[in-house]
Amino acid sequence: MTDDGPTLIQRLRANGLDGVTLLVLPCVAAVVALFVYPFFYGLFLSFEPKDGTFLGNYRNFFTDAFLYDTIWTTLRLAIPVTVVNLLAALPIAFRVRLMRRQRLLTTILVLPITLGTVLVAEGMLFYFGPQGWFTRSLMALGVLDHPLSITHGYWGVFLSLVITGFPFTFLLILSYVTGIDPSLEQAAATLGASPAARFREVFLPLLLPGLAITFCLSFVQAYSVLPSAILVGDPSNTTRVISIAAYQAAFEAYDYSLASAIAMIMGAVQLGVVAVVLGARGLFYRGPVAAAKG
Amino acid sequence: MSADTSASKTTLSTRLWAAGVWTVVGFFVLNLIGLIGSVLTSSFATRWLGTWFPHGFTTKWYFAAWEEFQLGDVLWITFEVVGAVVVLSGLLGVPAAYAMARREFRGKRAVMLLLLLPLLVPSVTYGIPLATVLYKFGLGGSLAGVILANLVPTVPFVVLVMIPFIEQIDPRIEAAARVFGAGTLQVFVYVLVPILMPGVLAALLLVLVRTIAMFELTFLVAGPGSQTLVVALYYAVFASGVRAVQSIDAMAVVYMVTTLVWLIIALRFVNPTQIVARAKRGDH
Repeated sequence: MTDDGPTLIQRLRANGLDGVTLLVLPCVAAVVALFVYPFFYGLFLSFEPKDGTFLGNYRNFFTDAFLYDTIWTTLRLAIPVTVVNLLAALPIAFRVRLMRRQRLLTTILVLPITLGTVLVAEGMLFYFGPQGWFTRSLMALGVLDHPLSITHGYWGVFLSLVITGFPFTFLLILSYVTGIDPSLEQAAATLGASPAARFREVFLPLLLPGLAITFCLSFVQAYSVLPSAILVGDPSNTTRVISIAAYQAAFEAYDYSLASAIAMIMGAVQLGVVAVVLGARGLFYRGPVAAAKG
Repeated sequence: MSADTSASKTTLSTRLWAAGVWTVVGFFVLNLIGLIGSVLTSSFATRWLGTWFPHGFTTKWYFAAWEEFQLGDVLWITFEVVGAVVVLSGLLGVPAAYAMARREFRGKRAVMLLLLLPLLVPSVTYGIPLATVLYKFGLGGSLAGVILANLVPTVPFVVLVMIPFIEQIDPRIEAAARVFGAGTLQVFVYVLVPILMPGVLAALLLVLVRTIAMFELTFLVAGPGSQTLVVALYYAVFASGVRAVQSIDAMAVVYMVTTLVWLIIALRFVNPTQIVARAKRGDH
């Protein structure tokens, strides 16, 4: 037994496991303790409802219109907002990509993202209110003859999600668009392709994977609209989104079991939409975006 | 001749298209400035009813808001939370990013997925089970609970931002230091720290800005003594009507200034697109 091959440490090293790899452990432990464990805790808790049955919470949710309607309310807000943001951001990103000094515009657009939904909601209440500058300007220009009531309803939340969501979508798309090798477009232009054809035949196929990911990330942003749905919406009726239902179950009814069930349903619906979008993405071209060799 | 007309037609439609795009951008930016500007103007207004501009200007609402909302305490709590989150996510995230960038090991893809999930799931979804667990362990409503909850998105964020940064550093630099007899500690202090500093600084500044503005998780976990500025602002707007509008606006301006100071510092080191493009690199 003198020569029995490599030692345990050497074999571990060969598999990439050594002291340096162990640096991952504290981080993984933190994510497991603060994300994975609470998730499973919530999952098990959701099957232990107050009435003692196994599926009581889920039966409750899907039979009570006040609860299951929140899924529809959430999707009715989040999906149109995401589509509008994406469709508006795409042509603008194509225009801005040609700009020399993008920095000023991108800095202005980063403002609403960093300030967050609470501040935007606070600003909207006054700005879009009957006394605000927006209403005043439109009335002075003769576009309106009476103040609009935008806030405290569906459109208030919609608008708030556009104000914070559009810059987010735009900056993501801009980073994808600027990542495409410009010589591809020049080649198409040399061969006589019109701008529309260049977009359709060159850019769109290359961008689709990026657009799918942008859609998912923007959708996630719009999906949990808790502050704006309460502050600039109509939280007991048309903008009673699923996160409000979960919040009320947890912190107003103190029914953590039902709240966990709602959170699980919320996660499942969101991941369902993401899966559909990413699944559709698989049908399109996947490959290098930049030219292979310069 | 015909080629000429088609060329000019293209130019005209391109110009119209460009003009349309810039109009939309201008309209958006104008309203954004108007929105922020009206909060700012209102916070300095004596009385503002039924006119374009307030009747007079005053700074008294700032003193009123400072008293009413105990802004001194709230700001101190905010800095404690943000400071702890920045330090802890740096200590946990940077070493992990180093290991992920330098080693190929079994289960690396699983670790990557584990780090991506908290960024892909909305914070309310995992915030509610997390708040339940923190209350079970007696941490709900405490400063420690708020700090722990805020680590969930920031630690993976630091790792994902740092991995590409570390990957582009030539590993032969570390090898060279070792050849000349440097120990692990010396390699760390004299080689890695100076090289990694710009990347770490950028990542942590982004964490700082994001944590000041992080509403949902803090809202779900915080109690009366552990509210950060953005949560206190939410409660003030929610209960508006009780207090003068200008006073709430003054608080909003204090929040804006707190965020923007750090945003301006952060923008000296990072590109604005980096603030949103976080999971992009992880998807390959």
